[in-house]
Amino acid sequence: MVSKDTRNKIQVTNLHVWYDKVHAVKEVSFAVEEHEILGVIGPSNSGKTSFLRTLNRLNELYPGFRMDGEILLDGENIRSVNIQMLRKRMGVVFALPLPLPLSIYDNVAYGPRLHGIKKKQKLDQIVEESLTAAAIWDEVKDRLHKSAFKLSGGQQQRLCIGRTLAVEPEVILYDEPCSGLDPISTHKVEDAMRELKNKYTQILVTNNVKQAARISDRTAFFLMGELVELGETRQVFTTPRDKRTEDYITGRFG
Amino acid sequence: MIKPEQTEKLAFGLLFLATIIVILPVALIFILILVKGLPAITPTFIFEMPRDGMRAGGIFPAIVGTICLMLGTAVFAVPFGVLAAIYLNEYAHKNWLSRAIELSIINLAGVPSIVYGLFGLGLFVTFIQLGASILAGSLTLAIMTLPVIITATREALNTVPKNFREVSFSLGASRWQTVRYAVLPNAIPGIITGTILGLSRAAGETAPILFTVAAFYLPSLPQSVYDQVMALPYHIYVLSTQVPNVSEGIQYGTVLVLVGMIFLMNIIASLFRAKLRKRKTW
Repeated sequence: MVSKDTRNKIQVTNLHVWYDKVHAVKEVSFAVEEHEILGVIGPSNSGKTSFLRTLNRLNELYPGFRMDGEILLDGENIRSVNIQMLRKRMGVVFALPLPLPLSIYDNVAYGPRLHGIKKKQKLDQIVEESLTAAAIWDEVKDRLHKSAFKLSGGQQQRLCIGRTLAVEPEVILYDEPCSGLDPISTHKVEDAMRELKNKYTQILVTNNVKQAARISDRTAFFLMGELVELGETRQVFTTPRDKRTEDYITGRFG
Repeated sequence: MIKPEQTEKLAFGLLFLATIIVILPVALIFILILVKGLPAITPTFIFEMPRDGMRAGGIFPAIVGTICLMLGTAVFAVPFGVLAAIYLNEYAHKNWLSRAIELSIINLAGVPSIVYGLFGLGLFVTFIQLGASILAGSLTLAIMTLPVIITATREALNTVPKNFREVSFSLGASRWQTVRYAVLPNAIPGIITGTILGLSRAAGETAPILFTVAAFYLPSLPQSVYDQVMALPYHIYVLSTQVPNVSEGIQYGTVLVLVGMIFLMNIIASLFRAKLRKRKTW
């Protein structure tokens, strides 16, 4: 599946993350390949969400956050690029569907408007394309100007994916995107992610081990802030190299 | 041993009684003012100048004076208060400076109003030489109202979920864009409510305007912000202690007008709050 000419979209080297005294991510190094879906699994407090939020520097909103090590996006240090541009390039889909208290249309147009797109035609086009890519356009095209809160949880989450796509990111970070959704909604979100594979590099942090097995190309296992194992999803789930990985995916602890 | 049913009755009785006692003074004040003041309220009383050393005629200049002071206070206190609150809540890092600022705001709220009056006299009236004027009085009231507005604005900002900010930042918004498009639209009704409540409190204050603006007897309307004006709270004080033989009707009528104005502001504030609750869908 991984072809020879794939290149590293993200390169993480010796990453440490602290919140005040808490050492949340310890000495993590690895690469994320372009256009892959990287699943990140691990129990709560394993540092997987911290890692995700460090990638687009969302962690810097929290007092006491400190990082060490290096993260490169397309070979460029994320700390030397403009933070607004960095976040535009690395979109996030949060654990809970978080629509803003605006209409469906305005939720999707929020990002493009920030980046200076004002023409209605252009915005209309972005909204339609983004919502289509997030596999929700058909369900909402007749009520674009209704409140986003009127949608079901699963629809809201796909709307949020659409909103993330609307700023034309290169990488999409998912922070347990299906934790509040029923299996059918989860299925739809996963379908949307598969559709997006051709254009985007996706990192999926999930508490749901089976979800990682279903859709990720490679899987990383975090435990207590350390990266225990990273490999092809099939290999990680069938012949894990580390005993702790095996224990976790077979449900012996977690 | 007392049975749970008995303690339940006792607790309910005590709690209910305490609540009734809270209502009592409010109700009594309102009834007293309404009964004694309402007969005095006539178009003449509201819209004419006082006559006979304030023993007859109307209270129009005092009403106009209080409205002028409210507007002046709003002009100075609202922009600074709201902007400072936005800075403190959305921009300031937690360090010794922001802590010092927060501490001064808390202390500013605790300063007795007569101290503001003396401060205004010293700074605005004497030192800056504004004289006793609408300008000096508004500035003094504004400083007194600032902590209320700052605190209310911060509360309104804090009710906006942190998630909204994260979503906005995650889409590449700058801090100002986040404040402008994700936070403020959802905080504005709360900010307006708090601001009106702060201003309505300032409307009833006597001490801060005592030396800075209030005229004892001035049966004319102000021509500029450098003029003195009569103001309702001070006028009430004057009527009840400084002028002999003022009819009870005029005294209570004046009180009713002041309370009515403040009440009206509070109702407007509540309406805004109700509107906010209705819109709040998160």
